[in-house]
Amino acid sequence: MGTVSKTFGRVVGLAAAAALATTLSVSARETITVYTAVEPEELQGFAEAFQADNSDYEIQWVRDSTGVITAKLLAEGENSPADIVWGLAATSLLMMAERGMLEAYAPAGVEKLSPALMDKQDPPRWVGQRAWVASVCVNTYEAEAKGLPMPATWEDLTKPVYKGHIIMPNPASSGTGFLDVSSWMQIWGEEKAWDFMDRLHENIGIYSHSGSAPCKMAGRGEYPIGISFAYKGAQLKGEGAPVEVVAPSEGLGWDLESFAILKSAKNKAGAKALADWSVTERANRMYNEAYAVVAMPGIATPVEHFPANIEEKMIDNDFAWAAENRARILEEWEKRYGSKSAPK
Amino acid sequence: MSAQDIEATAGPAFPSIDRGRLVSTLGVLTGVALLLVFVAAPLITIFLKSLQNDSGTFVGLDNFVRYFSSAGLIQSLFNSVQIALTVTVIACGLAFGYAYALTRTCMPFRGLFRAIAMIPILAPSLLSAIALIYLFGNQGMIRELLFGNSVYGPIGIVLGITFYVFPHVLMIMVTALSSADARLYEAAEAMGTSRWRVFWTITVPGARYGLISAGFVVFTLTITDFGVPKVIGGNFNVLATDIYKQVVGQQSFSMGAVVGLILLFPAILSFSVDRIVRKRQVAQMSARAVPYAPQPSKGRDRAFFVFCSLVSVFLIGILGTAVFASLVTYWPYNLSLTLAHYDFNAIDPNGWSSFTNSLEMAAWTALIGTCVIFLGAYFVEKADTLPFARGLLHMLAMIPMAVPGLVLGLAYVFFFSTPTNPLSGLYGTMAILVLSTVVHFYTVAHLSFVTALKQLDKEFEAVSASLKVPAYKTMLRVHVPICLPLILNVAIYLFLNAMTTVSAAVFLYAPDTKLASIAVLNMDDVGDQAPASAMAIMIVLTSVSVKLLQVVVTRSLLARSSAWRNRETA
Repeated sequence: MGTVSKTFGRVVGLAAAAALATTLSVSARETITVYTAVEPEELQGFAEAFQADNSDYEIQWVRDSTGVITAKLLAEGENSPADIVWGLAATSLLMMAERGMLEAYAPAGVEKLSPALMDKQDPPRWVGQRAWVASVCVNTYEAEAKGLPMPATWEDLTKPVYKGHIIMPNPASSGTGFLDVSSWMQIWGEEKAWDFMDRLHENIGIYSHSGSAPCKMAGRGEYPIGISFAYKGAQLKGEGAPVEVVAPSEGLGWDLESFAILKSAKNKAGAKALADWSVTERANRMYNEAYAVVAMPGIATPVEHFPANIEEKMIDNDFAWAAENRARILEEWEKRYGSKSAPK
Repeated sequence: MSAQDIEATAGPAFPSIDRGRLVSTLGVLTGVALLLVFVAAPLITIFLKSLQNDSGTFVGLDNFVRYFSSAGLIQSLFNSVQIALTVTVIACGLAFGYAYALTRTCMPFRGLFRAIAMIPILAPSLLSAIALIYLFGNQGMIRELLFGNSVYGPIGIVLGITFYVFPHVLMIMVTALSSADARLYEAAEAMGTSRWRVFWTITVPGARYGLISAGFVVFTLTITDFGVPKVIGGNFNVLATDIYKQVVGQQSFSMGAVVGLILLFPAILSFSVDRIVRKRQVAQMSARAVPYAPQPSKGRDRAFFVFCSLVSVFLIGILGTAVFASLVTYWPYNLSLTLAHYDFNAIDPNGWSSFTNSLEMAAWTALIGTCVIFLGAYFVEKADTLPFARGLLHMLAMIPMAVPGLVLGLAYVFFFSTPTNPLSGLYGTMAILVLSTVVHFYTVAHLSFVTALKQLDKEFEAVSASLKVPAYKTMLRVHVPICLPLILNVAIYLFLNAMTTVSAAVFLYAPDTKLASIAVLNMDDVGDQAPASAMAIMIVLTSVSVKLLQVVVTRSLLARSSAWRNRETA
């Protein structure tokens, strides 16, 4: 009995020592709590690269969809555990800037970035990292089986042949969905855009609640055509899914993955270190691994499986207009298409 | 002079009783205080929020006016009610037949069928929706069965939720049908009454309270469930997804609060009716009743065997499909099997940690929840002071059942994330997840304990008081051992629900406290249905193990601590 309890004591002691050692080695690095909407599979790489350059800090990710992260931050307000928001839609950051939640900070080297892709104030409250661009994912296998021609324009998607075969994100649930609607309005003007959407609506199978789901659904052939964004489609194609990414010729809506330091940040030094790192060339080259358009001009190389010249098709996006008119547009959208009772 | 007055005047002469009183007074007051803070206050906060605009200015009923004047609401409300009614009819019909087979026939394998019927309770509600897409989606294995109708919409929602609510209804139905007076049936037989007439004049009226109660439970569960319509609802809007759209899609908390409060109405209505109905059921069985025991009848038993087999095929089929979905490499183009979808560390930044978080959260919920709820019920039922406060405690304990998880979660965010709230330190911790889950499932556990404690004779307390045994000792030596199987049951109930719940936790989890059920929701959200199924299956496996453990532990506990139960057979 005595030996058992002795052994037990030793084991507990060792375990405690080990636990203490782990705690110490971890606490040697200070934690930065980062809220993000960046695709989960990319996060590990970013954290490792940043930590390799900054041995004092360790990133703790809180990853969720754009909508949930935005809602969380707005609800938490000053009590948010987040130090910095990183890779969240500029549209969302505009809302936070308006409420005075963001700390203006010019990261070291920010002048090397394209000024169009950050907050107009100096120092900027938010800084863009890379753009995600609307695109259409087409399942080539299903398209052939069902005799669907490859669409080249947004207008093509309203042809009767596509009836019931298209899935797009619901703009009331998903930022990507709203990005599409607002881009059509900016391309054609509101009246023509509504007319287009009336006709497109006839072909929509379902509106999804998430922005990346349409492309994934297209990849699995659940709905052969998904209105989503280019990155998701290129990624699926890379994984071997029978998907082609199409960039309609009329123009493409886009939003910026951006970062911003919170006024309520508990670890401001850490947040600033990450902000500084995020505008470096190294970071921008990493952004470029998955996205074709990044904040630092002149360094982007074409991304595999992306539609060619996607940058030229990006519309001159007026974020402020989109933010101001969002509620009104969504109300009208819900009135026209929201209460469709059964899918066609 | 009433008995209480005598006790009161005699009080000082018996200091131990006085101390007992002090303890119960403190207990009741603590209970009331806890429920005020963790149930009432957050709900009041969400109510206030619905009267403000998004920048926090008071706008009266403007938000409600705005919401009611939009065409979308009427449609969502109509859709929600339509779905809830359909599910209620289907689920109650199926569960009644199934429960009838389990209690009133001599069908073989009744134990097995009873176990199969519990499958849905072990899984998050999203699991059925994902499985239905694999079965009936546009690439589904057996989509022809829908004759060209789309599973995205009412059909999918009804099927998915029917799966999810089935065990809940079944349990109520089994209870309702278990107690029948055999004398009525004997009399009917003696008079040569037809079977059909016996069924409608004896069986159904005897179980009517159970039926009504079950109906309302399904109605509430259906109208407040958010997972199934989110995954498979397509363009079919319901109130639960409207909250999601307002809060997550448009970051409008005020409007989210408005929809949340609207969602409270059907829940409160059905809940109140349920309470009234349950109260009437008490005097159903008279003391002279003889328990009914079914006699074998070949044709009937066979028919019910076929019926139960069909229902079981549906239940097992859904689970089986989810298992299949989690193992297929790339549906529907690459059907080779793989375990890659279980490699959560490679798929999600939180990886396996969300699974271990869930285990931790569920364990704390079971432990703390069981203790707190038992004590609460004990003070409501057995304390001999403060009748008003005890009534209040009981009433507060009833509220959570009527509050949809999504509304509760939102209310917690509003209440606990306010920096001026002294409890705001709880925000973002494991503790708040445990608290919200305990509160979410408080009512059912509370009612079970109250019912059990009511059955214990008041004489236990009277005797201990006269022997000057402190009340807490009586509780530990009498009430707890007698209630032990139920205590274990409640702990398991809390554990399973904590493993599968999504709605309340979705707004409350923090970087290091993400849960497995949330991971299922998130992975499905970005279209990763295979890993989402894999995580859901991990939850099912955990639930099954815990359930098996419960069976073993209950057996040994009953054998050891409750030998008194077996006196008649000994």
